[in-house]
Amino acid sequence: MSYLIDDNREGIQHLLMGNEAIVRGALEAGINVAAGYPGTPSSEIIEAFSKIARDRNIYAEWSTNEKVAMEVAAAASFAGLRSLCVMKQNGVNVASDFLLHLASSGTRGGMLLVTCDDPGALSSVNEGESRLFAKLVEIPLLEPGDFQEAKDLTKWAFDLSEKIRNLVMIRSVTRMSHASGNVKFGSLPDMNAHAEYRFDGPLLDMETGPMISMIVAAPELQHGPQQEKLKKAAQLFEDCPFNTYNGPESPELLIITSSACTLYVREAVNLLNIEDRVGILKLATTWPLPPNLIKRNLMRSKAVFVVEEVLPTLEENIKILAAETALETGIKTFYGKHSGHIPSAGELNPDIVISALTKILHIDYRPVEPSFEQKTAKMAATMAPTREMTFCPGCPHRASFWSIHNAIALDGRNGFVCGDIGCYVMGTLPGGYSTVKTLHSMGSGSGLASGFGKLKQFGIEQPVLAVCGDSTFFHAAMPALTNAIHHKSPFTLILLDNNGTAMTGFQPHPGSPFDVMGNTAEALDIEAICRAMGGRVEIADPFNLTETREMLNYLMEYKDGAKVLILRQACALSPERRGKKKFDVSVDESICIGENCGCDRLCTRIFGCPGITWDTEKKVSRIDTIICAGCGVCADICPAGAIQKKEVA
Amino acid sequence: MNSINLDRDPYSIIITGVGGQGNVMASRVMGSMFVTNGFSVTIGETFGASQRGGSVMSHLRISKKSSWSPQIPRGGADMIVSLEPIEAVRVLAAYGNPGVILLSNTRPIFPVNVIKGEATYPAIEDIKTAVKNSISHAIFIDATEEALKMENPILANIIMLGAVIGLNILPLERDDFHKAIAERVPHDKIDVNMDAFDLGTRLVRQ
Repeated sequence: MSYLIDDNREGIQHLLMGNEAIVRGALEAGINVAAGYPGTPSSEIIEAFSKIARDRNIYAEWSTNEKVAMEVAAAASFAGLRSLCVMKQNGVNVASDFLLHLASSGTRGGMLLVTCDDPGALSSVNEGESRLFAKLVEIPLLEPGDFQEAKDLTKWAFDLSEKIRNLVMIRSVTRMSHASGNVKFGSLPDMNAHAEYRFDGPLLDMETGPMISMIVAAPELQHGPQQEKLKKAAQLFEDCPFNTYNGPESPELLIITSSACTLYVREAVNLLNIEDRVGILKLATTWPLPPNLIKRNLMRSKAVFVVEEVLPTLEENIKILAAETALETGIKTFYGKHSGHIPSAGELNPDIVISALTKILHIDYRPVEPSFEQKTAKMAATMAPTREMTFCPGCPHRASFWSIHNAIALDGRNGFVCGDIGCYVMGTLPGGYSTVKTLHSMGSGSGLASGFGKLKQFGIEQPVLAVCGDSTFFHAAMPALTNAIHHKSPFTLILLDNNGTAMTGFQPHPGSPFDVMGNTAEALDIEAICRAMGGRVEIADPFNLTETREMLNYLMEYKDGAKVLILRQACALSPERRGKKKFDVSVDESICIGENCGCDRLCTRIFGCPGITWDTEKKVSRIDTIICAGCGVCADICPAGAIQKKEVA
Repeated sequence: MNSINLDRDPYSIIITGVGGQGNVMASRVMGSMFVTNGFSVTIGETFGASQRGGSVMSHLRISKKSSWSPQIPRGGADMIVSLEPIEAVRVLAAYGNPGVILLSNTRPIFPVNVIKGEATYPAIEDIKTAVKNSISHAIFIDATEEALKMENPILANIIMLGAVIGLNILPLERDDFHKAIAERVPHDKIDVNMDAFDLGTRLVRQ
């Protein structure tokens, strides 16, 4: 059970994360099927569904990738059930091929695409913009502006989806998904879903025909009706209760905003005490924009300030409507990303909105005494060294990259590693000894390595390596490895198998013996798959530094086709390792001579595990026993034998 | 319900520390204590990739009216609770003001650049002096050392929560904590959490 369903008195308030509020909204709408692929900040949604799946007769799964997740959810919709698929912004790119076709065929049972974007790329390799997909594939887009709305709008979206018989996209952002607020619960419906896929009716009959995308060379048969659905959504949006206006009848400045930016705007207006000067139009329905509602509000003011994150999507769509209605609404001065009042990149916060408003409205505002600001800024600059990202203490990736780095150096042919998406993106940073030299999307390391491997005829002599994790292998690296093996591309794929989708919180994947609901599942054997594909496969324990390094050097020399080295060691945060030390590690201070050692304190200066510290007074290394995870790897890199490990009984 | 009201609406609290110290747990426990007492709470968290050895922060906004920004405006913190001393300094510069109340743990967690010798970590006495020279309400407690005596360093976050409540500034009581923690930890872990909480309260009342 979970607090999401264990107290269902209508009107009771709980403190919910935005992601949990979305789940509760879907529960109140009577959702049946939820599928997704883990990705910060979206992962808590499937996890929350899995905890209540049995109680609410829900099927939840972590799918192999986002495209499959969308297909799994669509099947439920086709069979008349309510479903959603969930992913982070980058996942929408993966799912986009099916998304385009699904938007064309339409849906039956209410279906949502929930995307959790990450403005500022707080936990991503980019701050990708998913909202444009709604415009691209012509489906409605909704954006909740607070936590209560995250629940209520989700419920409303299921009804909308069924009214227009198409997928509806809900876009959250990190500061909504991972933030929490009070949410008042509504009631849960009865559970009486019955699935049946009907296909006996005529082609293109939404209720009874086969669900098919695109009749060849006859776009008017399907594209036209799809656009009618979008027009119907725009009409429904005219009266959507989640689009609100607050402020004077004719303000000096009309602020138009949505999503978490709504909260930044409210904060800024409150702090500047300008409630009587500005009006706030908060939009929950950001594509298609309801034209009459926008027109009515544009007539309020000659100056319009659009506050949004990532791309100027809302701003440009508002400008189109302003141009079309200019005769009635008048000429406007626009402020936003195009004018430079809102930065073109990075996430927003109240201070950025305050700064823009003080410029637009010529307000003088100082939140803190300058003398205090200068004093504390100087204190932080001198006393608070930055914290660079690094692998956790006891992380197998630190040991893996240590060996990869050393193997490449020993090989001497300027080899390099193509990186992939997971915690091991930190292989690009000093924490991973700056070993990784390309980094793009899921599975791209193997695809790039497959390509580099075929450049020998143009004179490339560098050994090519790639890394990918176990979940990433199933998600997107398999097709790339297939390509490399088929074309005899000589590269070494280092499969960092840490037994789960570690970066996002340890979700199961197709190689796990259980699924997200805790049921036993068929665990696909990565080693057997690679062998069956025709690759040469070796396995090593990355905590065994010598064996790993030697195996890497051997495989780099071995020129025939694609090779796979599986480095198998569980994540330090995994249930099987967390809080359980294999070794008690300590430093014998009589042996450690630190800077005078030939290694010049290799352990702290280079290896860089947070569990080893440097005693600046005694000039010796120390183990911080609170932080040390007891992997014992540092004992093997200490040339003097000063770091010692003793197996925990 | 406690009759004490907060002197500002929204009242803004930052709980900060380093990934893995139980920051998120502490913020959610405190947040739900306020919700129980009829407040509207907004919590903004920074976690994810930054969890890996990075600075983490939870921003709590406590209000009688509505949700507020999950990011506190610059200079807008009313209270800073830090599980690590240099994180207190960092947050004080970005969100502090002369009237802020600061409560910090004393146990350092060294950044990797300090371990490597590329940066220096100040002496704890120097941090205390500098902080106390810039604000009038700063309290430092050895929460991790006390948690180690209880043989579980992670309890430092609960000791800090007990200390916060012990200050008698927030309209929250021991029973509110008991209710909130009981919802979140296994039954057999409630007592040890209550012990840690009470210890924190005693530390600031001594």
